[in-house]
Amino acid sequence: MKRHFRDIVPFDQDSADRAIEEGHGLHPLDEYLKPGRIPHIWCPGCGLGVVLTTYIEAIRRKGIPVDKCVVVSGIGCTGRVAGYLDMDTYHTTHGRAIPFATGLALVRPDLHVTVFSGDGDLFAIGGNHLIHGARRNINLNVICVNNFNYGMTGGQAGPTTPVDARTSTTPMGNAEPGFNLPHLAHASGAVYVARWTTFHPRQLVHSITETFDKKGFTFIEVIAPCPTGYGRPNKLGSGLEEMRYYKEMSEVRNGADPSKAEIRLKGKILCGTFINVERPDFLETYNNLVIAKAQGRDKGKAA
Amino acid sequence: MGKKVGMEVSIAAAEAAALCDVDVVAAYPITPQTHIVEHLSELVANGHLDAEFVPVESEHSAMSVCCGSAAAGARTITSTAAQGLALMAEIVFIASAMRLPMVMLVANRALSAPLSIWNDHSDAMMVRDCGWIQVFCENGQDVYDHVFHGFRVGEDPRVLLPVMINLDGFILTHVIEPMEFWTKEMAKSYLPPFKPVYRLHPDKVVSMGAFGMPEIYAEQKMAHDVALRNSRPVIDEAWDELARLTGRRYSAVEHYKTDGAETLILAMGSLCETASLAVDQMRDGGKKVGLVKLRLWRPFPFAEIRQALAGAKDVVVLDRSVSTGGGSAPVTSEIRAVMYHEPSRPKIHCMIAGLGGRDVTPDDVSNMVDMALAGTGAEYYIYGVRG
Ligand code: SF4
Repeated sequence: MKRHFRDIVPFDQDSADRAIEEGHGLHPLDEYLKPGRIPHIWCPGCGLGVVLTTYIEAIRRKGIPVDKCVVVSGIGCTGRVAGYLDMDTYHTTHGRAIPFATGLALVRPDLHVTVFSGDGDLFAIGGNHLIHGARRNINLNVICVNNFNYGMTGGQAGPTTPVDARTSTTPMGNAEPGFNLPHLAHASGAVYVARWTTFHPRQLVHSITETFDKKGFTFIEVIAPCPTGYGRPNKLGSGLEEMRYYKEMSEVRNGADPSKAEIRLKGKILCGTFINVERPDFLETYNNLVIAKAQGRDKGKAA
Repeated sequence: MGKKVGMEVSIAAAEAAALCDVDVVAAYPITPQTHIVEHLSELVANGHLDAEFVPVESEHSAMSVCCGSAAAGARTITSTAAQGLALMAEIVFIASAMRLPMVMLVANRALSAPLSIWNDHSDAMMVRDCGWIQVFCENGQDVYDHVFHGFRVGEDPRVLLPVMINLDGFILTHVIEPMEFWTKEMAKSYLPPFKPVYRLHPDKVVSMGAFGMPEIYAEQKMAHDVALRNSRPVIDEAWDELARLTGRRYSAVEHYKTDGAETLILAMGSLCETASLAVDQMRDGGKKVGLVKLRLWRPFPFAEIRQALAGAKDVVVLDRSVSTGGGSAPVTSEIRAVMYHEPSRPKIHCMIAGLGGRDVTPDDVSNMVDMALAGTGAEYYIYGVRG
């Protein structure tokens, strides 16, 4: 039997740079994407490309150099982002993006650490980490792409699947209510909470740029179409039709009470920047309280 | 016997669980196991299976739910793979030590890192010592039959242990194979209703999972070990009964063209079918090669392995995982240890192949045999590594 393997090519920065210079630059954002990793694996009509583009656009607009940005992602379709971005990224195991990012953010407070992951990864298997990250107010920017199901494994019900929605594990409709993510993030202590859909790329770019200036735990939920896993069983149509649904059914209300932001199947989607407050982040409190006390004691001893 | 019908192995496994009339299914999505659980959820939702389907939030919770339901006396099934098994490992050890019968289908997949969804046995070997009954299946029919077998053995009052059925991810889970199916009557006659011996019941209060102080911990470990070893006659008995019912005979160690073989290949799982093709080729070429299939991994079939390997000059073990920094790979280590005290023992070669979904063809198997016989000069050899 004949087998064809891809060649093992050691990574060569020179030729990568050359590839970018000579005609690899077919797309305006190519310099942010790992050469050779595109085309991506996302389905036609998937919302993930939009979210990735808005993130890149936000760092570009802010003029943050890529070596000051780190992206940490978990497992799932959204998790692939870490593999596509040409910067320091880390693809963790399922649900563990926030603990990894916490370690990183504490050791390197000078970096912009963004956690990019899906609703299943951040709120089911990794739910505990999210609430504690927000409680501690770690300096992290979380972008959660919510498509209401586990897309990568074939469209199973997850922590955000609305009541009555059909998925491959709830063929007669889901009996469990889904989380209201902005409400949960707010209640856990996030200092910035927003929700947009992929129909709102401009607002999303603006929101992401805002989070770069915020100290502490920020949370942006992006509602995105998953025509393959969630759209099909719920008869939401193609990715484009789902965008139409977002257009018609989303209502932008900045400053709205996140507890009112629940999403029902085919229901209204409340969007906007809901929360934007100041609270000392973990490192600040730690330095001012614990370290200062410890130093004071040392001084006392020395005297 | 019955007519053969083509069906995807995952779907068939779920159908078997439904015929066993399971009460609780708790699982978290992970490739390549998902079709099994999805089909079970469909059967529950359509009203074909009267069971609770719990779409938990992680594998750790899946196994915890299974422990709870088994402790309450419900017939319980779950399924996972690789990272999922790693995450649930804490509770996997607890399920067996608390003697909670259940069946878990493990769609064998390589452990991360690097992240891989493809098949090898590194996940199963990680929990080798978890105290479950562990079988490796060769084909779809095998998987289907072993779901019934697993419940019958595990729930037997002489056993009371969880059963892990290993099936190679993608190679088995995602293929359509011709299979003979059981009827409801067959399932009923083969599998008596679950009568739990130790269970949580409001009328008879017990505590489960309590502390084991130093003066009792070792006794518990020994009791568990004895229980697992003593499950062997029940496992055989259930295979005998299965043979009477279906005409298909399974055993702990199986032979293929081993008569007069000087060299024996030893393999587990779906690789056995590939290896049997290689044996055919090599026999045609005049080489005295046979195949020993190891189906029952725990409790380990010492006597049968000793007997099977005694007459050979060389044994080539095909391992599907690496024991990094160790003496050889897990299966080879076991085989070498078992044969060590034998008066005449074959030379035991360790060939590691098929890691992370790398295909192993019959030609690869014959190559590995040739290389092993020529001598690789090492305790173990990872086959097919590119430069
Ligand atoms: S399964 Fe859904 S989320 Fe995943 S790539 Fe396809 S459309 Fe996107």
